[in-house]
Amino acid sequence: MRVEQIAVFLENKSGRLAEITRVLAGHNINIRALSVADTADFGILRLIVDKVDEAKRVLRANGFTVGKTNVIAVEVPDKVGGLATVLKTVEEAGLNVEYMYAFVNSSGENAVLIFRFDDMDKAIDALLQAGFTILSGARVCAL
Amino acid sequence: MMRVEELETLPRAGLESIQLKRLQALVHRVYEKVAPYRAKMDEAGVRPEDIRSLADLRRLPFTTKDDLRDNYPFGLFTVPMDDVVRVHASSGTTGKPTVVGYTAADISMWADVMARALAMAGVTRGDMVHNAYGYGLFTGGLGAHYGIERLGATVIPVSGGNTKRQITIMRDFGSTVLLATPSYALNLADAMADVGVLPEELKLRVGIHGAEPWSENMREEVERKLGIRAVDIYGLSEVIGPGVAMECLETDHGMHILEDHFLPEIVDPETFEPLPPGEPGELVFTTLTKEAFPLIRYRTKDLSRLIAEPCPCGRTLIRMEKVTGRTDDMLIIRGVNVFPSQVEHVLMGIEGVEPHYQIEVNREGNLDTMSVLVEVSERIFSDEVRQLEALTRRIQAEIKDLLGVTCAVRLVEPRTIKRSEGKAQRVIDNRRI
Repeated sequence: MRVEQIAVFLENKSGRLAEITRVLAGHNINIRALSVADTADFGILRLIVDKVDEAKRVLRANGFTVGKTNVIAVEVPDKVGGLATVLKTVEEAGLNVEYMYAFVNSSGENAVLIFRFDDMDKAIDALLQAGFTILSGARVCAL
Repeated sequence: MMRVEELETLPRAGLESIQLKRLQALVHRVYEKVAPYRAKMDEAGVRPEDIRSLADLRRLPFTTKDDLRDNYPFGLFTVPMDDVVRVHASSGTTGKPTVVGYTAADISMWADVMARALAMAGVTRGDMVHNAYGYGLFTGGLGAHYGIERLGATVIPVSGGNTKRQITIMRDFGSTVLLATPSYALNLADAMADVGVLPEELKLRVGIHGAEPWSENMREEVERKLGIRAVDIYGLSEVIGPGVAMECLETDHGMHILEDHFLPEIVDPETFEPLPPGEPGELVFTTLTKEAFPLIRYRTKDLSRLIAEPCPCGRTLIRMEKVTGRTDDMLIIRGVNVFPSQVEHVLMGIEGVEPHYQIEVNREGNLDTMSVLVEVSERIFSDEVRQLEALTRRIQAEIKDLLGVTCAVRLVEPRTIKRSEGKAQRVIDNRRI
């Protein structure tokens, strides 16, 4: 029910993001989704990749600070209001969203919302009960 | 009791005879009363009786900041705490401050030397003295304060900060003498320009600046921007506080040392051999008259040289050159002593933080700024911005707490900070003073 996400520390220097994507491409690692959280002083790159452990290894070998976190991937129809319905459930369950980002399935039918909640177990229960589809890591990468 | 004018113009032989008597009494007293000194002297094989001339000073062991740290807080005091009427503290090299203490007689002596120092800069009873040195544990504010009162001038105890109000006070109270760090003096000058107060509107005549290194270029800038004569003052808490040495008005080359109380030496920074006047080296002081916390051959780690040539003012007190650098890695940030090892101490106390850090010092406008670069290891890394920001804030708060200085904390990628063979280069000082 949880998807492994990689987080990489980005110092506020130009070219770091490009370097990361270069390293991953060089090892045939596919990025499924990504998001960059930035502050004035640094950024955090969050990635969903197809080969998590290898991605961690090669990024570390190239001098990056890498962490692994669990996130939840919720599939919703790619229609107006798709995001709103999920967030309604989240709000009603009293869940706190630490961050989120989204990407659209190549077939165009569904969107995938990546969430990090403060209480992951409670979130999974609430979302399943409300009838939402939660994707595994393998499913996300196979989309 | 000799008049000050007579004392300060004694022929060298007369002055040295006073120094020797005081030195002998000092060595007897610390040998008897302070176990750490007795132990060091026994180890060096020297007894109080062996001090028969000033040349025998070199037989005594040195005292360093480490000795003060090892005897924290009051282990080197020679009197019972009941007789200590004041303590001050300044930065230590790691987690604890350096503590100094004073008896009532010491406080009076300090007021005396400070008053004499002020007189060298032409300050008199009729002056309105604007004291912008910080009041508190730092010896600068209170040390200057008591000297001003002893001299009989009027002290305005403004301390630091609140720059706009300081300008109003200078103008309305008619301050004639400014006591401030050189960078704060420039700060005041700029703030004056901002609010449209011209130097001509003030009655300032002379500025007495110290507590941080400053160049002849800075002196020229202070004099030009404030329309005053700017003189150099030297002191350190361990020896007494401000009032150890001061430039007189008649020459701007070197500061007269109040050497009837503070016996100076210059030693080679590596071999520790005493060097003759004119040779550059590390400044060492022996406090001849302090009661509570005397120091024998205290190595200041300041680099200077002694100037034995006669001074136009007529004083025979030897002069020391403006301090040109340090033999250790201590920094002075906005007048506060900072040791990189203190930053290290803070970082080691935060779980997960690696010992790879760097300190960057810049001067923006007239104020020193300090940034601490900390490598983000996997242990402290988080996928949440909130956590990293909390970490940054925590490091900043702990540094402020221990060092007394506010700095910026920047998280950087691992291995950004160069590892060197041998001593890591911890400090990048971009200031051009």
